Amino acid sequence: MMAGTLGVGVDLVRVSRVAESIENFGDRFLHRVFTPGELAYAEQAPALAAERLAARFAAKEAAIKALGLAEQGVNLRDIEVQRAPSGQCHMALHGSANAAATVAGIQQLSVSLSHEGDYAIAVVVARSKEIPNT
Amino acid sequence: MSNVTADNRISVIRRILAEHGRLSSDANTLDPDADLYRAGMTSHASVNVMLALEGEFDVEFPDHMLKRGVFGSIASIRAALDELAPS
Repeated sequence: MMAGTLGVGVDLVRVSRVAESIENFGDRFLHRVFTPGELAYAEQAPALAAERLAARFAAKEAAIKALGLAEQGVNLRDIEVQRAPSGQCHMALHGSANAAATVAGIQQLSVSLSHEGDYAIAVVVARSKEIPNT
Repeated sequence: MSNVTADNRISVIRRILAEHGRLSSDANTLDPDADLYRAGMTSHASVNVMLALEGEFDVEFPDHMLKRGVFGSIASIRAALDELAPS
């Protein structure tokens, strides 16, 4: 176990189920769960939108697990996956999610996303301080 | 709240769980206190249930209610709805 590691979370999501939510609830689902930046990235490639959003949904749930926020009452839009031009993703916390993470001493979140077929998965590691790459 | 209203709410909650909860058990016979997550509801399905409840009851769940326990059983969902929309 690395020094400073406080929590890890993983979540697995069916892409087709996310597509069903979009079909059933439309903008109510999209704007309740995802940030404008996440939606913009998904909409860049309509054919990939559901799997991109499924991976982001998994990341939000994985972050809730890593941070122990399941009973805190957190808006999913306050847990955001941001993507650098290089393709590397990182988590940004806002609002009550950020406040809860600060109280818990979390200073850094790492995220990894993947999808294959109908499944998208995300792992989030929460750390109390920066750990140098060695 | 009248018992009739309470029973109606439970019935609607059961219908929405049957449609959106993706439970492995029959939502119509599930004990009101049974754990919905143990009955197969995923976190994603719970969001669908929440959106369907909001549409059905014309309410909006505030952020502080977006927690696992609120959607953990038929009884806890009814308690949340009673708080949001007293009848």
